[in-house]
Amino acid sequence: MATITFNRKIFENEIGKLDEKMQEKISMFGTPLETFNSEEIQIEVFPNRPDLLSYHGFKRSFLAFLGKKTGLRKYNLSSPKKDYKVVIESSVKDIRPHTACAIISGLKLDDEKIKEIIEMQEKIHATLGRKRKKVAVGIYPLEKITLPIIFKALEPEKIKFIPLEGNKEMSGIEILRKHPTGIEYSHLLKGKEKFPVFVDAKNNVLSMPPIINSELTGKVTIDTKDVFVECSGFDFETLKKCLNIISTTLADMGGKINQMSIVSKGKKEITPNFGEEKMKISLENTNKLLGLNLNEKHLKNLLEKMGYEYNKGTVKIPSWRTDILHEVDLIEDVAIAYGYDNFIPEIPEISTIGKESKREIVKRKISEILIGLNILEVSNYHLTNKNYQFKKMALSEKNLVELESSKTDYNILRKNLSHFLLKNFSDNVDVEYPQKIFEIGEIFELGKEKISENESLAVAVAPGNFTELKQILEYLSRMLNIQFTFTEASNFPDYFIDGRVVEVIFEKDKIGYIGEIHPNILKNWKIKMPVALFEISLEEVLDKLCLDSHPK
Amino acid sequence: MDVKRTIESLSANEIKIIPYLEKRKIGEICKASELSRVAVLRALKFLEKKSILEISYNKEKIIDLGNNGVMYKKSELPERKLVNLLMSKHILLLEEAKKLSDLTDEEFKASIGILKNKGFIELKNGKILLNTNKEDISKKTDEEILIESLPLSYSKLNDEQKEVLKNLQRRKEIVIERGRKTVDFELTSFGKEILKSKIRSDLIEQVTPEILKKDSSWKGKKFRRYDVLAFLPEVHGGKRHFVNQASDYARKIWTDMGFKEMEGSMIESSFWVFDALFTPQDHPAREMQDTFFLGKKAEIHDKKLAKFVKDSHEGNLKNLGSKGWQYDWDEEEAKKLVLRTHTTSLSVRTLADLKNKNQKLQGKFFALGKVFRNETVDWKHGFEFNQTEGIVIDKNANFRHLLGYLKQFFNKMGFEKIRFRPSFFAYTEPSVEIEVYHEGRKEWLELGGAGIFRPEVVVPLLGENIPVLAWGPGFDRILMDYYNVKDLRELYSNDLNQLRKIKFWMKT
Repeated sequence: MATITFNRKIFENEIGKLDEKMQEKISMFGTPLETFNSEEIQIEVFPNRPDLLSYHGFKRSFLAFLGKKTGLRKYNLSSPKKDYKVVIESSVKDIRPHTACAIISGLKLDDEKIKEIIEMQEKIHATLGRKRKKVAVGIYPLEKITLPIIFKALEPEKIKFIPLEGNKEMSGIEILRKHPTGIEYSHLLKGKEKFPVFVDAKNNVLSMPPIINSELTGKVTIDTKDVFVECSGFDFETLKKCLNIISTTLADMGGKINQMSIVSKGKKEITPNFGEEKMKISLENTNKLLGLNLNEKHLKNLLEKMGYEYNKGTVKIPSWRTDILHEVDLIEDVAIAYGYDNFIPEIPEISTIGKESKREIVKRKISEILIGLNILEVSNYHLTNKNYQFKKMALSEKNLVELESSKTDYNILRKNLSHFLLKNFSDNVDVEYPQKIFEIGEIFELGKEKISENESLAVAVAPGNFTELKQILEYLSRMLNIQFTFTEASNFPDYFIDGRVVEVIFEKDKIGYIGEIHPNILKNWKIKMPVALFEISLEEVLDKLCLDSHPK
Repeated sequence: MDVKRTIESLSANEIKIIPYLEKRKIGEICKASELSRVAVLRALKFLEKKSILEISYNKEKIIDLGNNGVMYKKSELPERKLVNLLMSKHILLLEEAKKLSDLTDEEFKASIGILKNKGFIELKNGKILLNTNKEDISKKTDEEILIESLPLSYSKLNDEQKEVLKNLQRRKEIVIERGRKTVDFELTSFGKEILKSKIRSDLIEQVTPEILKKDSSWKGKKFRRYDVLAFLPEVHGGKRHFVNQASDYARKIWTDMGFKEMEGSMIESSFWVFDALFTPQDHPAREMQDTFFLGKKAEIHDKKLAKFVKDSHEGNLKNLGSKGWQYDWDEEEAKKLVLRTHTTSLSVRTLADLKNKNQKLQGKFFALGKVFRNETVDWKHGFEFNQTEGIVIDKNANFRHLLGYLKQFFNKMGFEKIRFRPSFFAYTEPSVEIEVYHEGRKEWLELGGAGIFRPEVVVPLLGENIPVLAWGPGFDRILMDYYNVKDLRELYSNDLNQLRKIKFWMKT
């Protein structure tokens, strides 16, 4: 989630007073108002709108939404001057192959604007840039640089410069090992024999993307008038969009956009390029999808409020929008301009027959039967850990499903419910007895070919004994009108007491056990009462009962 | 207070002890009434409720024998041993006396001190002289007398005894102090009145099968009155877990609105959770720090669908008119198994099923289920959530219908004011955030997302672009609010006290 912060005073001077209506407008524009105080306003920007990740980018679109400066905003582009050139050497091909660049001149920066530029850069890195993996952005003071610029890859030891916020020259390797930013992003260059660098005509290193700029040539100050902007990464289209977002935002701050030639193996591209993208929109589709009855003039007005230009079914899309893939994206913007709060909710008068899942119905009936026996339903996590599932239960670790990189110590899927019921007793040793609990839920097991996910039922009673539990299961079978048979178990989980456990069989399938829990296990769980429990697979039972309820 | 009614409410045990209440001592009442202490105390409590007496509880300091005290009581005190020795020898060297008396250093020193204080002996040139007569010696000392009479309540000791006790307390483990709760009671004036009255004992205590056998055993007789207003211990019964009660209610709302229930696995391949929902493969939600991966893969059996999804992501699907995400879609990435992060995977499967089984491409479906995120756990975070899912597939469905269904559902969930804000999800357009107004807290609560599935999602699944309204708000927030649970962890802590006491889901 990206949030950006505005200076409230500037916002109120340039956009309008932050009264209740304005607060509502901000949220209804699709940028939820997070918090505000007398100094600042914080809003959330969704990942589809990286062009709103700065105050100026937001202001441009939001003023149009308020009906103040509607339509497609135009920007002048100056074609590349002689040295406004970036040469991409083939050495970066397999490392970070593309860049899109621009020069913005005539900026009048102050601390507020520099803060905004840095924040925009960071937010773009975090979102559109996928933490700098997809896109990394560098902005440099032109007065410290000699054009043209070369983008190439060098062996890490041969790269030498003072990194931003550093005080001595470091090599590429040293930066990854020692500089805090270098450490944070080192994984992005891991395993590379060469690291990418931008160097100027005097062979000064500007930066080592996507890691860090040079302290000498890569730090914008209030004295900076002109800046060099580069976006580097893997997908040229994304980089161009990203450059458009940054250069138009800088232009909104008062700069002039100058194109650059990007030369690679004799091929030349000019960036940025605001070549207007067009898309068709149908009034009929719009009305049908939104349930509205707009005419073309309405449609035009609404599109202009969202910063588009509309003419006879064709929409010109701003070059900084990254999220318009299909007509529906335009239609959504029409809906936003129309105002979500202006739609009248409606339920169509078509009749359909509702239907609950049969399994759910049967499971609920089983619950009701058990509740009638004064048993309390519990609900445990589907995730557990090896200590609970195996160690305390004296089971060997097998056929378990592990979760990768779990942030908690719950890192495997539960293989049975029984261990959780014992955990529940263990957590409730001071609560009035008798305690009778049950759970119905999914359990997981790694099979030869796939992971099975089965519905299971477990009942546990403390203090409880074998007879009581068997009576409960027999009552359940009579109420469900199904037949369980029992055989003396020779091969049973070690947590039961030998001689006090039976295997439950349903239509030839072994579906579970009833038994008394061994004192060793009770001791592991610090339970001070005798416990008996049963756990059976419900899959076979549900199959049978759901089938039987079909009319024959 | 009514003497007659009170007498009629006396239980058998109460009647048994009433004649002895003037004795005032619990022990004596026990003896006289032949009831156990517990039974007497319980009966006294009930009598107190009937205003017959007032009970007071005191903590008493009891002086009792310590380990050495017990031993000395059995044999004799060290000073007695020493004085007996001197009786036969009269004069002894200190060392000699020590050796012969067989006392420890400590005992010996203490004995000398005590005997000297009593004037029984004198010390001269390292020798002990007996300084008194046989008669004096043969009398029991104050210490011996006190030891024999222990245990005693401290409050009952006279000043002299207290002095003796102080001496004994200086010595090792002869006496100890412990606390004892004592119960005392005082008859009220009403109680005295009761005591003077004639107590009936012909009341029927309980209606038993025995009594019912013969009319004569109950006809014309009175029943003992109960204290029908008495405070009673709580009982508790079996019941559904409160989260499931709420799920069942939501299930009923959907079926009432004509929706069919969907169900399916919690373990799914990324294909059904992400790819078929047009979520690009480099989307942050598909990273291990957000989603639980199982380190296993599952084949995508529907090859045709996989191809459509690939084309949709890459922007090559015919008749779709979408630019797609413009990257190379990787089937291997889509095979990775995850714990579903939303129940929307069920909706996707439902759509694919409609197409594959050549069913009519319309319908209304819902699901309720657990979803998982790789999160840390604290009061407002967890790794398991409850989600409710719904889709409406209908050629004529539109955005206003989407808002209509959601409004209806949340109205039935008990929220009057509902509003919708623009939002963003990779697989819906337009997208909506649902907010309900909480009357108690006077604020809007965010409940989750909804929208109309993008053509990039629908066309590969259904073969044509039919509007599919979709939503998947979580309902843990509603649950927590209703049950007044402040900590997300409490939903699954299975505190049996909480489960026994928590109120029923009463929304209707």
